[in-house]
Formats: sequence, C-alpha cells, structure tokens
Amino acid sequence: MTEEIIIAGFGGQGVLSMGKILAYAGIMQDKEVSWLPSYGPEMRGGTSNVTVILSDERICSPYLNQFDTAIILNQQSMDKFESAVKPGGLLIYDPNGITEHPKRKDINIYQVAAADKASEIGISKLFNMIVLGGFLKVKPIITGEMLEKGLKKSLPERHHHLIPDNIKAVEIGKEILKPYHVL
Amino acid sequence: MAKELKLMKGNQAIAEAAIRCGCDGYFGYPITPQSEVLEHLMAERPYLTTGMAVLQAESELASINMVYAGASTGKRVMTSSSSPGFSLMQEGLSYIAGAELPALCVNVVRGGPGLGTIQPSQSDYFQTTKGGGHGDYRLITLAPASVQEMYDFVELGFDLAFKYRNPVAILSDGVIGQVMEKVMVDDYKPRWTNEYIEKNCPWAATGHRSTGKHRIVTSLELEALKQEAVNERIQAKYRKCEEEDARHEAIQCDDAEYLFVAYGSAARICMKTVELARAEGIKVGLVRPITLWPFPTKAVAEIGGRMKKIMSVEMNAGQMIEDVKLAVGCKVPVEHYGRYGGVIPTPVEILDALKKMVK
Repeated sequence: MTEEIIIAGFGGQGVLSMGKILAYAGIMQDKEVSWLPSYGPEMRGGTSNVTVILSDERICSPYLNQFDTAIILNQQSMDKFESAVKPGGLLIYDPNGITEHPKRKDINIYQVAAADKASEIGISKLFNMIVLGGFLKVKPIITGEMLEKGLKKSLPERHHHLIPDNIKAVEIGKEILKPYHVL
Repeated sequence: MAKELKLMKGNQAIAEAAIRCGCDGYFGYPITPQSEVLEHLMAERPYLTTGMAVLQAESELASINMVYAGASTGKRVMTSSSSPGFSLMQEGLSYIAGAELPALCVNVVRGGPGLGTIQPSQSDYFQTTKGGGHGDYRLITLAPASVQEMYDFVELGFDLAFKYRNPVAILSDGVIGQVMEKVMVDDYKPRWTNEYIEKNCPWAATGHRSTGKHRIVTSLELEALKQEAVNERIQAKYRKCEEEDARHEAIQCDDAEYLFVAYGSAARICMKTVELARAEGIKVGLVRPITLWPFPTKAVAEIGGRMKKIMSVEMNAGQMIEDVKLAVGCKVPVEHYGRYGGVIPTPVEILDALKKMVK
C-alpha cells in the first residue's frame, strides 16, 4: 500500500497539522511516512500545502507532482492541484469559497462542507478534523484507534483533553461527506 | 532508554543526533531553511543534561571561529547554516583544515547565487567539494538523502573528522531539512572526558602541563619548505580518505541500460523516476553518491561503464556532472538534467528527460 496525498488550503486552516496527524497515525501502524510542507514566505491567509505519503515500502520521493488523493480547501489550491490527481484517484474538497467546481470526469470527487458545519455547531477550530473525517470515510487507511494514538503523539500534553472533541469532529466529517462525481 | 522511533524534520534530526552522540558544542546563527537546528537545540537545552554547549553567535563568522577554537581543544564541535551563511564560513573552514582540526559543519542548501531564494537547491556542490576557501584542502562531504541519514551522518561526520583531523560537511538541502520522516534515534552517549581527550588527541590544546611540550595549533608556517611538508601530510590523508571512505548506494543497477547519478533529495526524486520508468519498460538504475568528496569514482566508473548513457540529475546547472564525467572518462555519454534557483524537479519531468535521452 502506498498513498500519496496533497493537502492544500489557506495558512491557518490546519493543513500542516492535518498532515502531521496522518503521519503520526501512519507510524503507529508501522508504515513508512513522509511529510513535506511547502515552505516559503507564506503567512496566515496565504496558501499552504503539505505532501503526505504513507507506505508499506521505502518511500522514494517526498516531493511529487501526481497524487492518489488531493484534499483541497480553497480555490487557488483547486486551480493548482485538480489536474495533479492521478486518473482514478480521489479529490475531496470543501465547497466553501469554491467558485469553479472540479470538472474532471476520470477521478472520484467528494464534497465535505466542513467550514459551514464547523461554524454551525461552533467548532471552527476543529475544521481540519472534519475534513480528515471525510477523507477517512473514503479511504479508511487509518483506524480510529491509531488516529487517537496519532493525536496523542502530535498534540502537546496540555491539549490532550481536546482529543475526544477531535475524534467527534472526524465522525462528523464522515457523516457529512457527499459524493460529487463518482466513477 | 534504548533506541526510540521518532517523527522528525531533517533539521531537528541533526540537532537531536548532536545531543545524543555526545557533541560538546554547537555554535550557529539562524537562517532559513535550517533554523530548526538551533531552535531544536535551544528547546532541548542539552547544557542542562549532557553538558553540551549551545550558543547563538552574533554572526556566521563568529560561529565558525568558535568552532575553530573549540576544535583546537579536542572537543567535538559543530555549526550549521545555509548557503549565504555557509559562504561566510569559508575562510574559517580553510583555517580549520590548515590547522588539521576535526569539526562538523552542516549546510542546508538554498538557491543562489547571492541571497538567492529560501527554496531547496544543490548549487553549493562546487563550493563544498572543490574547496570554497583558499588553499589545497578538501571538505569530507556527506550527502544525506533521508531524515535517518541526517541523524546518522552527525556521528559519522564526527568520526571521520577525528579520523582525518579535517573538517567534515553535511551537504543537505531544503527538502531533506524540512521533510518529516521516521527516524530511529540512539540512546544518549556520554561526551568525551578530558582524560579521554588527553589520551586520544595528543595534538589538542588542553592546557595540560604534565607533558612539558607545547601544543601549538596554527595554520601559519612562514617557511615554504615546511609548509610544503604540511601540505604533503594533508594530501596523504586525502589519498587515504579516497581509498577508504568513498561511499555510495546502487539502486536497481544490475540489469540497467541507463543510469541516473544523483545525490540527496535529487536522488530520492530519481528513485521515484526509476519506478515510473521501469513500469514503462525503460531499464534505468541509480547510483547515489553518499560521499561527494571523496566522490565514489570507482563505483561510478564500474557501474557507469556498463551503461548506454548516463544522466546526472542535480538541482543546479550542472556541477556533479564534472565528477561523473571524470569517473567514466569518455567511454559513456553523460548528460545533465537540472532545475535551479530553488525549483525542485518532479519525478515526471525527469522521466520525460530520460525518454528524450533514450531516443
């Protein structure tokens, strides 16, 4: 199994930490992992993305331009990464703020309206976990138990009391996931 | 506590390895994309546990000269920087090599020339392997291609530095510095005691008076004949190093007709291209130099000699290709593929370049 994922959105949306949680959870399942952020003169409000790879084998390149899965959280990232999904691959996006919806017919596309849901129930800080839930619904590569362990590893201890809320947000993401174009 | 599995950035692995392998001191100045080295050291505060000194100096010039001073006393000391900062250290490195002292320096390369960009690059190959400072000296140069190697090469770097009493460089780049991967870390090793240094480093200026002999650390010799003898001694070390410590990794070379030569992050990207190319029936292999100086000339000559064509893939305008060409002579055509200024080539664009070469 090798899963090559790009997560892209605005800085401050929790793009990098979503990737980190996936990476930690992957380690808990004895997988090889790699987490490569785009780094540059980025700031809150600018674009941010991270390439996460989970594999049973030695990982070749941490830097890629084709992905099994793209998780897209703003229009700029849609413009940049819709075409980077491998044929037959997966694109998950939050329609909030998206003006041009994806057009590809050779990939599976799902919507997860995480931003709306998060503000509706007042958990805007857990937005990224709702998105992650949507992804895990389609590709359950991480078990709930490992996800919890991954959260424990990636969060500082003073935030460990928030883990149940994080898990709940993941479950919400699984519930609100909607197919947009499925092969 | 025995070995432990961690998820770390390459830069953090450098810092963690320094603490755990018994490094005595780090002197550095922040610069992107390697600031996590100093950041991690300051967060871990090893001066309270292993006794390792960590100091943010006022500049790169100060850092490298603090390393020079620390190395003079037989301590295991290091610095790290990125390209513009590393340029500032060249004079100090020449002095350290001239005074025949062991030291470790890490360059997490970014795009140049000048202040350039903060994105990853491999454009400091010439500077590091051909001598950025003055005089007939070499930097023993290790090129990590993973976070685990960032970790492992710190202790290896110190071992080689002390074996040859010569500065060692870890030549990394923004990709390997910034990526997080699994890394197996070792148990903490104690720092060398003064007694150990006294016994094993008879050249070190330890302030010890029992021997009655002055230990003078200098790179200055006003008599040309004596300076020539110093050079001869240094060159003899380099010949020994070329003989004993050139390292490489060969990937899928046995049945290959074409060969990539690439190091560090470019090698990782080429590994992916090898996978893609073989899926399309192109038999390509990869030689990854692990030491850039000494260059694995024998391995490249032997493996490269069997190929139809060779491509040197680098994140620069073509620097290592000169060593590849020297290794294979004129027997096999060698081409270069590179992106520069901070642009990372993708596995697919390298595949396209390979297909063009194969045609």
